[in-house]
Amino acid sequence: MSGAAPLPETSAVHWRPRADARRLVTRGRTWTLTTVAHTVPFAGTAALLAALEPLSFPVGLALLAHAWAIPELYARRGANVVRPRPRAEEAPERVALGLLGDLVGHDARELHASTGLVPERGALGVWLVGEAGAVLVNPGGRRVFCWCVKVPEPGLPSGDRIAHLLLALRADEQGFATVANLAFSGAPWRLRRRMHPRARPALDAAVRLSRMSSRNS
Amino acid sequence: MDTTGHSTLAEWTAGDAEAIERAVAELRRELDAGYYAMVTEGEGQARQVTELPLDAELVILRRPIAGG
Repeated sequence: MSGAAPLPETSAVHWRPRADARRLVTRGRTWTLTTVAHTVPFAGTAALLAALEPLSFPVGLALLAHAWAIPELYARRGANVVRPRPRAEEAPERVALGLLGDLVGHDARELHASTGLVPERGALGVWLVGEAGAVLVNPGGRRVFCWCVKVPEPGLPSGDRIAHLLLALRADEQGFATVANLAFSGAPWRLRRRMHPRARPALDAAVRLSRMSSRNS
Repeated sequence: MDTTGHSTLAEWTAGDAEAIERAVAELRRELDAGYYAMVTEGEGQARQVTELPLDAELVILRRPIAGG
């Protein structure tokens, strides 16, 4: 991806530090720490209650449910960024798909046809671009970042929405990750089980690609 | 790229001054309306331009993106 000029949209979020590989590692770790901070107090309190008074187990169960549900809700939020959106009319969708098809290679076209997501290799990892967001699988395939980012214009066909995002990503990958809002970061398996079943093979493919790229570099 | 899928706004060839002039004017109008002009440069590469690159096969106009 070309790093010639910064994405103009970054000026709208001038207070954000520009995203890069090092910052992403830090953000990922911070996200994990936050998840632990949400979970451990509930689980710890449940264990303490069980030790002090076994009859308090219903309260303990409620606490454990919270400890389980909070990370799940975050993962669901992440999966929502690549959730399929309502389609435009058939003719514009077909035209938009033609243009999108011209922008990507054969494998990406096939993956998009079956999953609705377009894979794109970048310097930060392997991206899966959807209509209103993108998932970044980091090098090595052990962590995903879900980004909420879209073209705020109603009525665009799905293919066009993806093409707009794809072109912005290709022009300035770091700028793209700076403009986008991080919705979730964590292990791919946590995201996978919350994704639409149709989209899961795209994540599997991106993780595979990411691991292969990592081994080859 | 628009609600119809996409629309062709202008076509030009290197030797056709009139067509180039029309394409330049059209590009300027769209840039003023808030579009960004992109030229793809092979797999995974794209460059933003602010003037019509006469040698480009295709210039795509995209809308600004925003965090959701």
